[in-house]
Amino acid sequence: MSHDDRTALELDDVCAAYGPYRALFAVSFSVEKGSAIALLGPNGAGKSTVARVVSGLLPASSGHVRVGGSDVTGKAPWAIARMGLSHVPEGRGVFDSLSVEENLVLSFRRRAGRRNLAASLERAYARFPLLAERRHDRAGTLSGGQQRLVSLAKVLVVPPGVLVADELSLGLAPSVVDDVYAALADVRRRGTTLVVVEQQVDRALGLASSAVVLEHGSVAYFGPASGARAVMAQVLERRSRSDGANSL
Amino acid sequence: MEQLLGFAVPGIPYGCAYAVFAVGLVLTYQTTGVFNFGYGAQAYASAFVFAWLVDDHAWPTWAAFVCAVAILGPVLGLLFDRLLFRRIPSANSTAKIVTGLSLLVGIPALLPVVFGNGNLVGVPSVVFNPGTVYFHLGADVPVNGTYLSAVLFTVAMLVVVVLLLRATHLGLEMRAAAESSRLLELEGVDAPRVTATAWAVSGLMAGIAGVLLAPTEVTVQAQDYVTLMVAAIAAAACAALRSMPVAALFGVLIGVVSLTAQGYLPTSSFWYSAVLPAFPFIVLVGALLFVPGLRRLGQATDPLSSVDPPLPPPAARARGREIDRIVRTGFWALLFAFVVSMLTWMPPAWETVLNQGMAYSVIFLSVTFLTGTAGQLSLAQATLAGIAAFTAGQLAIHLGLDFLAGAVLGALAASLVAGLLAVASLRLRGLGLALMTLAAALLFDVAVFPAQAVSGGTGGFALESHWLPLGLLSANGHAYFVLAFLVLAVCVGGVRLVQRGTIGRFLTAMRGSELGAAGVGVDLAWQRVLAFVLSGALAGLGGTLLAIQQTVIAPGEFNYQLSLAFVVIVVTTGVGTVEGAIQAGIGLVVLEQLLQYAPGRLQGLAFVVFALGALTYAAHPEGIVELEKRRWTERAERVLSRRHRAPAPAVTGRS
Repeated sequence: MSHDDRTALELDDVCAAYGPYRALFAVSFSVEKGSAIALLGPNGAGKSTVARVVSGLLPASSGHVRVGGSDVTGKAPWAIARMGLSHVPEGRGVFDSLSVEENLVLSFRRRAGRRNLAASLERAYARFPLLAERRHDRAGTLSGGQQRLVSLAKVLVVPPGVLVADELSLGLAPSVVDDVYAALADVRRRGTTLVVVEQQVDRALGLASSAVVLEHGSVAYFGPASGARAVMAQVLERRSRSDGANSL
Repeated sequence: MEQLLGFAVPGIPYGCAYAVFAVGLVLTYQTTGVFNFGYGAQAYASAFVFAWLVDDHAWPTWAAFVCAVAILGPVLGLLFDRLLFRRIPSANSTAKIVTGLSLLVGIPALLPVVFGNGNLVGVPSVVFNPGTVYFHLGADVPVNGTYLSAVLFTVAMLVVVVLLLRATHLGLEMRAAAESSRLLELEGVDAPRVTATAWAVSGLMAGIAGVLLAPTEVTVQAQDYVTLMVAAIAAAACAALRSMPVAALFGVLIGVVSLTAQGYLPTSSFWYSAVLPAFPFIVLVGALLFVPGLRRLGQATDPLSSVDPPLPPPAARARGREIDRIVRTGFWALLFAFVVSMLTWMPPAWETVLNQGMAYSVIFLSVTFLTGTAGQLSLAQATLAGIAAFTAGQLAIHLGLDFLAGAVLGALAASLVAGLLAVASLRLRGLGLALMTLAAALLFDVAVFPAQAVSGGTGGFALESHWLPLGLLSANGHAYFVLAFLVLAVCVGGVRLVQRGTIGRFLTAMRGSELGAAGVGVDLAWQRVLAFVLSGALAGLGGTLLAIQQTVIAPGEFNYQLSLAFVVIVVTTGVGTVEGAIQAGIGLVVLEQLLQYAPGRLQGLAFVVFALGALTYAAHPEGIVELEKRRWTERAERVLSRRHRAPAPAVTGRS
């Protein structure tokens, strides 16, 4: 277990469960500062659960999670967020009932400070003019892709230390996915460590230098991104075979 | 004009009271995501303690105000949050409703236990002297201190609350926390503390409202605060629980219109005696039917609610074969012992009590069926029971019909009303449905049951022995026991058959996921109506059974408070199972009988016990009795498996 300063995020034998239903079994991996890691696996492998354990939404039942060298296991999500970890959850990540601007204010006020609030808003609107147009609309009236832009604007304007992005590209048009990945690459250039949870293997591996492949809540592969594709193919092959057996 | 003013101005304090409560309800809903039925109870608690300190202990007004409002109000709010609402999974809206209801039922019952009985009279006013006439409106409409403090306070509170919510960063965080506490935490905001603050503010508002508005009434009575709550709920519903100024406006309107109409309508007319008292409920029904924002009320807003673990399966389904055999044998042995005891050595007092328990069990069965199987929450089950009882009684009086035949017709009438209620509220879900059934229950309480033609006035009427064969009317005769036992057995059997049949599966599917059920071709509207109709029939049968046991049918036996208590009681013991209803029925009467031996001030404790039990619903929605059953089954299973040296069943992974 390396505790050196270059590790941004480390999971050490992490198990987690939803009530009696166990979801993760001794998951271990680590991410170097400023690098990007892809978290891959078929549906239900536990990718989102890893993201939730990292951000504290789901407490680990055993094992340790370290962010920037300090142990965050058992800490509240808000305390972990204040340490510079940002988790963009799968699906809807904005407050439906608040306006676009209120959503941004909520995020910037804490992370950029009260004084930089106006400047941060301006930068967000400059980067995404569409948000400026709809700043007073309720975020719930935005399309899925537009809501994703709100989430991206938050992390682009004030880049976090570690960004856990859960299926950011899910359900988006290919051209919008391009924009999303361009934004992620932009954030990474500015020093943010990326953890990208993804179904689209090629997209994620294009961005990441290392990868973790999950299968049934355990790590099937952890290593350089180049080796992940083959493992992922095996995992999917195994799954389709067992699906076939089940349907007989 | 002068006359209109003369009638309208006295309505202002009432209207302001409704407005203040409505604003408080909207505030709580907007900042915590909970529609707090317990709000009225919070206000009552503050007013009660305030009056108790000033009247009984001669505290100075300001000291009592600090103690009862500035301290007790926020503390109650914080306790509600810390002990109850924080533990409820964000997607479980039924748990939020039931928890609020148990506070509404429990707190007013608890206060006399803690502070002693007796109505507190003459609450002093904090701001203006209530009796003093400060000026006249027009020529001779006096405006006294009560009016002035009501108006002043309402406006001040509205301004403060709107500013807090719309113009401060804390308000923004509160609104965000109400939608999704988890999403807010991901922004680095201590969301639990924001929500706790919201509850403290809401509790403070309730306390202030309770004390400042107390002088409007002559005495401090829980009843007044509940009535106030219903009018406030109507006003809040008109504003779709969103806009506080609109809620306040409708609150004032309800008060002023009621009193103005009261002035103009002749006191002997139907409008005066039946429609006028029901006016707030009519407004509530209208709002529920026509305000589109209410249809999605109380629905889960948290996109991260899937972090909460799913519900555990019921104990009866999880236990192994061997333990199942033991439990079954034990059950039949116990049942046999019970029947033999009831027919032989049981003292008459306890036989009466247990007979009543069986009648209650049938009514409670209607709750477990509707809520446990179909997943619908009805706050009108006592009303449905009452409809059947009054129908059977009137048929016996006017047509000389046998009461047992009348009971069947009465159950039909109850199921008809339940069906109509279901049809009227087809577009409502969760909280909206609960409010609709509550409004219906109140309508019957105020406008139908006390009518001369229905009950012969508030005292009700007594059953006559020639209505029933076989001496069934004798309260502790064995004949009644046999009848009640048979009815209960038939109802239990019927419910189990329905639960296991096609309808039961459809209803279970609907409870699990309406969208999913609709997707596999379940006609949701029809299933819902069917569930209400069947539940209405059960409640009706139970109601007539209870009427025979009581030998009197009075409106008070079937009021809405009982409906609320019924839900709370059944939820405590286990809403998901048939046994839960019987445990609830027998448990309630046994507890009440045991409390007969306790000092007088503890009489109300039965409801407190159940309310406390229902508070565990947050953590264990299957009910505490059910929870303990599962724990004991698991323990027994461990002992058995150790004896057989068989491997324990493996925990299956999440698929």
